[in-house]
Amino acid sequence: MSSTILFRRGRVIDPRNGVDGVRDVLVRDGRVTDVSEAPLSVNEPDVQVVEAAGKLVLPGFIDLHVHLREPGEEGKETVLTGCMAAVAGGFTGVVAMPNTKPVNDSVLVTEYVKAKAREARLCHVYLAGAITKGLQGEEMAEMGALVSAGCVCITDDGRPVMNAGLMRRALQYAQLFDLPVMVHEEDLTLSGKGVMNEGRTSTRLGLVGIPPSAEVAMVARDLVLLEETKGRLHVAHVSCEGSVRLIREAKRQGLRVTAEAAPHHFTLDDEAVGAYDTHARMNPPLRTRRDVEALREALADGTIDAIATDHAPHGVLEKQVEFDKAWNGVVGLETALGLTLALVREGVLSLQRAVALLTDGPAKAFGLPGGHLAAGAPADIVVVEPNAEWTVDSARFFSRSRNTPFHGRRLTGRVAQTWVSGRLVFEDGHIKEHR
Amino acid sequence: MRHLLGIEGLRRADIEALLDRAEAHLQGGPDASHVLRGRVVANLFFEDSTRTRTSFEMAAHALGARVLNWTAAGSSVSKGETLLDTVRNIEATGPVVLVIRHRSSGAPHLVAKHVRCAVVNAGDGTHEHPSQALLDAFTLRRRWGRLDGRTVVIVGDILHSRVARSNLHCLTALGARVVLCGPPTLLPPGLESLGAEVSTSLDAVLPRADAVMCLRVQTERQTENFFPSAREFSRLFGLNAARAERLKPEALVLHPGPMNRGVEIAPAVADGPRSVILEQVAHGVAVRRAILEEVCR
Repeated sequence: MSSTILFRRGRVIDPRNGVDGVRDVLVRDGRVTDVSEAPLSVNEPDVQVVEAAGKLVLPGFIDLHVHLREPGEEGKETVLTGCMAAVAGGFTGVVAMPNTKPVNDSVLVTEYVKAKAREARLCHVYLAGAITKGLQGEEMAEMGALVSAGCVCITDDGRPVMNAGLMRRALQYAQLFDLPVMVHEEDLTLSGKGVMNEGRTSTRLGLVGIPPSAEVAMVARDLVLLEETKGRLHVAHVSCEGSVRLIREAKRQGLRVTAEAAPHHFTLDDEAVGAYDTHARMNPPLRTRRDVEALREALADGTIDAIATDHAPHGVLEKQVEFDKAWNGVVGLETALGLTLALVREGVLSLQRAVALLTDGPAKAFGLPGGHLAAGAPADIVVVEPNAEWTVDSARFFSRSRNTPFHGRRLTGRVAQTWVSGRLVFEDGHIKEHR
Repeated sequence: MRHLLGIEGLRRADIEALLDRAEAHLQGGPDASHVLRGRVVANLFFEDSTRTRTSFEMAAHALGARVLNWTAAGSSVSKGETLLDTVRNIEATGPVVLVIRHRSSGAPHLVAKHVRCAVVNAGDGTHEHPSQALLDAFTLRRRWGRLDGRTVVIVGDILHSRVARSNLHCLTALGARVVLCGPPTLLPPGLESLGAEVSTSLDAVLPRADAVMCLRVQTERQTENFFPSAREFSRLFGLNAARAERLKPEALVLHPGPMNRGVEIAPAVADGPRSVILEQVAHGVAVRRAILEEVCR
């Protein structure tokens, strides 16, 4: 395959570099070499031309929060199938959470997942290491070793660090490596046995509710610790208005806090549980319409830095059960773009801001390469047909799991091509190569 | 109706038709012993129950059905079989209706999505207990003729009560006003939006009540800190003799059972002249006959 690619006449949106307009993008040897307003003519025999007129040419998306399930639960997802889902959704980089079996609290597991990612050869897989050994919330994992092995953040995601003293030390110690500490904010004494948001719907359905305070109280605690320690905090899957308010204020004060929101949280409210639909069971739970509105404002005004899917594959066995016995989580990689563009159509976000939330925002939050298209950037590029309409059919997901609340939903905006380091890995519904 | 999963969403006419049919049964109307002759009603009780199970069993017998009584104890459920596998296996033996009691809210809804036969909810978690609500409404209707304009106070652990939820839907559909009363820790949010009036003072609402329904208070709620002690609960929310004195002269007292005598209700009140507690039990069979007939039509 040619190592010179010319994306011709697409609408290039590159929020970091303030680009929004029809451009030609030239790629050589896996890197962007030129982004030009004037048409480029390349006098090379083997240049590959991508006619992108009428399409969007964007930096590849970066998802700060995915569960690849390997090692340990390969029936739900593998690094390979997760990467397939990622590139099908326009993601050229994903951060894999450490709650695998075994937990990624060691170089061994980090290296294993990295090796699987190299084999898959589809997108960049960044690793998140555990804050505490075995995610037990008791002893710090060997952060230095994890960082040397390539971890880009630490998190006990799926669980909070309930011990405030330990959390404080983790924020301090992580500064040795300037490492973001990603937090799943949930005070377990407040969430208890809750299975959905506490409110009218939980009362009606007779399900145990999780009050917003379970999240907000922990966000408050960690922002207090952050102010004291001056570390880096990344708040995962923000779900409610109270958290948004605190994060906005902390940013105003200049604290090093970043935050992400998931498409399901900014699209659905707790009424989506309907008649006990376990595909609407996630943690944090779907909140109220008011919380959804607050998240949308926060996405628009910069309080939230990144859209992250919290892609959490589960098999039928984990979902086709009583609601209170179902596992938390939904897959998200293949529906994120359409759900994000829906916010643009509804006037919540500008198209530039939407793209920033998928590219520049996440890249900067974790200091990852990519996320923009200036000369020298890795040629991680997604070509999008912005007006293509399609219906979500979970049976056609590349993910090994089907647990989505969006099956059957009409979405607008489809990934036409995904390029990773100048290699075409996904085109028109097909994975191009992964060997 | 194909299934009876809850009262929520039923129209007044649906409810009244069921109550009318129950009334006909109670009056010893036309012989119904052939209605389900040769058919099987499966009672699937994933949670213990005496009165509801026997009541459904007697109702099924009265309609000529054979009854399969299945309980989770000692079944494959204890070996880890899923609810759907258990239910599909039982369905394969050919019952026309599955009567399901389960400790998970929504379990009958899950089952109904995956079976062809009718499903009757005999109590799911803290969600609904529709046959109980129907028999409560039936008991009140027999005393009053109509429920319109009446006020029913339901007092106790509203948060965990499927009886309270089903009664709220049922009684309001029939034109009554429902007051849900208990300590704030046992009153979940959003009750007003479901059509209830909410109160934390039994003494304040008692004088307006045409009927008071006391709910069973599980003493383990004390260790979960929903209230400090059974004694304090009883003092604030128990229907004792002194409180019963302040009721309207004709006011009725109900309890879905089983009772904690001396906690939520005093023995003198439970056995007193206002009490219709045993009538509730007796009416249960007639109401459940009506339900089984309806879903098997």
